[in-house]
Amino acid sequence: MNFNGSEIVVNVLLENDVDVVFGYPGGAILNIYDALYKNSDKITHIMTAHEQGASHAADGYARATGKTGVVLATSGPGATNLVTGIATAYMDSVPMVAITANVANSLIGRDSFQEIYIAGVTMPITKHNFIVRRVEDLADTLRSAFKIAISGRPGPVLVDIPKDVTAAMCEYTPAPKQIPARQMSYSGDSVEEIAKVINSAKRPAILFGGGVKNSNADKILKRIIDKANIPAAHTLMAVGVLRWDMKENLGMAGMHGSVIANRAINDADVVIAVGSRFSDRVALSPSKFAKKATVIQIDIDQSEIDKNVKTDYHIVGDAEVVLGELEALLDKTTHDEWFKELETMRRDVPYSTGGEKLHPKEIMDILSEAAGEDGLFVTDVGQHQMWAAQYLHHVKSENFLTSAGLGTMGYGYGAAIGAQIGTGRKHVFHITGDGSFHMNMNEACTAVSYDVPVISVCINNEVLGMVRQWQTIFYGKRYSSTDPCRKTDYVKVAEGFGAKGYSCRTAEEFKAALKEAMEFGGPVWIECLVDKDERVLPMIPGGGTVDDIIYE
Amino acid sequence: MTKKTYLSILVDNHEGVLTRIASLFRQRGFNIDSLTVSETNDSTLSRVTIGMTGDEEEVKQIVNQTKKLYEYEGMFEIDPNDSLIRELLLVKVAANEHIRSSLLELATIYKAKIIDVSDGSMVFELTGKPIKLDSYIENLKPYTILEMCRTGATALQRGKVRMTK
Repeated sequence: MNFNGSEIVVNVLLENDVDVVFGYPGGAILNIYDALYKNSDKITHIMTAHEQGASHAADGYARATGKTGVVLATSGPGATNLVTGIATAYMDSVPMVAITANVANSLIGRDSFQEIYIAGVTMPITKHNFIVRRVEDLADTLRSAFKIAISGRPGPVLVDIPKDVTAAMCEYTPAPKQIPARQMSYSGDSVEEIAKVINSAKRPAILFGGGVKNSNADKILKRIIDKANIPAAHTLMAVGVLRWDMKENLGMAGMHGSVIANRAINDADVVIAVGSRFSDRVALSPSKFAKKATVIQIDIDQSEIDKNVKTDYHIVGDAEVVLGELEALLDKTTHDEWFKELETMRRDVPYSTGGEKLHPKEIMDILSEAAGEDGLFVTDVGQHQMWAAQYLHHVKSENFLTSAGLGTMGYGYGAAIGAQIGTGRKHVFHITGDGSFHMNMNEACTAVSYDVPVISVCINNEVLGMVRQWQTIFYGKRYSSTDPCRKTDYVKVAEGFGAKGYSCRTAEEFKAALKEAMEFGGPVWIECLVDKDERVLPMIPGGGTVDDIIYE
Repeated sequence: MTKKTYLSILVDNHEGVLTRIASLFRQRGFNIDSLTVSETNDSTLSRVTIGMTGDEEEVKQIVNQTKKLYEYEGMFEIDPNDSLIRELLLVKVAANEHIRSSLLELATIYKAKIIDVSDGSMVFELTGKPIKLDSYIENLKPYTILEMCRTGATALQRGKVRMTK
């Protein structure tokens, strides 16, 4: 049957079980929006305030549901506004398909109105991208995009479609959804040999990252930890894979990781890294990282092997598959002495409550209790993000969404909206700071329009806390541009958007506001005032080691 | 230890593939010393030969990154001892009657061809391994090189070995 390009786009979305897309209309993409209008019973389109918000929403949707997020934008500024969202998804390996319309083929290359070579712009931040010059190639190209986004190490794919292609007619034959087969084969060093190394270890430690989450390897990881009795530290991408209160869970490693996690890696004789890329926020000094250990790396992406930290053994393959093979070969054993030694290294950062303002840990404790084990948290980037990673009572990996690799301030609101729409949760908690919140608070209108129950908890210290913390420690307290003297009245702004707003100074006020917010069932902002000198601790300065930990 | 490395990469013959490879090298901080691209006997494939300088780890990293490209079809790292590497040089040298014969003599030694002689200059063409071209240029230094141009290396493996999809 003959269809126009826009109908083909909609049909391929339906082939791929897409029922929600995020986006923003415009001139070049009018035809696709016309096809969406006609199919609004099958696909819900969520229009955001800004394309960046739409791209983060597609990302949040993908992270919370495990499905591929879809975002649409028009040519030129519409497409360039997606860039930060696409890059965020790329750095954190999130499956996303971005569809942009471009000016017609006849206008391409002439600096036409709203023309941008978005395929060139997004080349380094996508797994792959396409320009579809002919309508005959459209269906298969879009199908490839969905397949690439989810296969192997996931990531974003962009498909740019000139306007005339969205109108041109072509024969369209429906095709079933292509589900990439799980990569069962693996390569590298022998599993037997690696098992031997682990079995003979006296002080083993596991470091796991987002790859464990992407491969659904949490169960097998737990079995290995249990069988071989190995303590485990995680990266920011793997928060929640292990329960926060599990004895073997040492917490987060890296710059703002727990002392015990960093000490364990530093003192281990064998480190098994799974689905983690030894980023500079984890292996702050690559040459000194896990210096005493035989390092084993398991990753699905060959290019991650030896990229940052030189390993002794490696396997390229799917984490769940490789860990499954490994489990059978590991001895059931205990490492009581090693655990005892680790316990002596545990060092919690002291804090006091009951001051004139709220303490960050107090806020996280109250949130953990109110949200319960099913609470879904989405953060922005900065001090609040680290406090959320450190202090929330994490139970499930899909319940903590954060921009880890790119560190995108402004990620949270859009992502929280996408996550709520994707999961249909009763509420989603958006933890933000006053810096990050100002970047994309305009998405309040989206939450109001679609009645999305996102509870934004804005930790307001009136400064750009993370940057200011660095200025305090490394720049002689020269607070260059981190104290913006904003006079934003969050309650009024929330109400101005049609949302609810609260402002809290004490734990009681916060508890009461949170209770009302959770009962309300629509978008709410809660401002929590904290002291501007609160710091994220412990901290290892960039390039440092456990010997450089700052405790207070 | 950094060394000169040549990579022969087989990619889909799509528009934009060259940009993608060049962008990847730039993104990862690697410098391309030389680059040749052409369609192969299979019109759906292009062969890209890249000359770069880096240590073993760096080469391994860029090789692994290149393999992730969706349009990647095959690659081999050129072993100078077991591969046929060739490059073409065109060099225009200032030449009056007094030095023509010595330039000719040098050309004979290197088996360079004279492809143009005009008032005050000569143009030589030389095909060979990059190292041979380097040596020829070195010997031309006492003279005045007016212009020169090299194609960058291109290579095939010896014998029956064949790189295909």
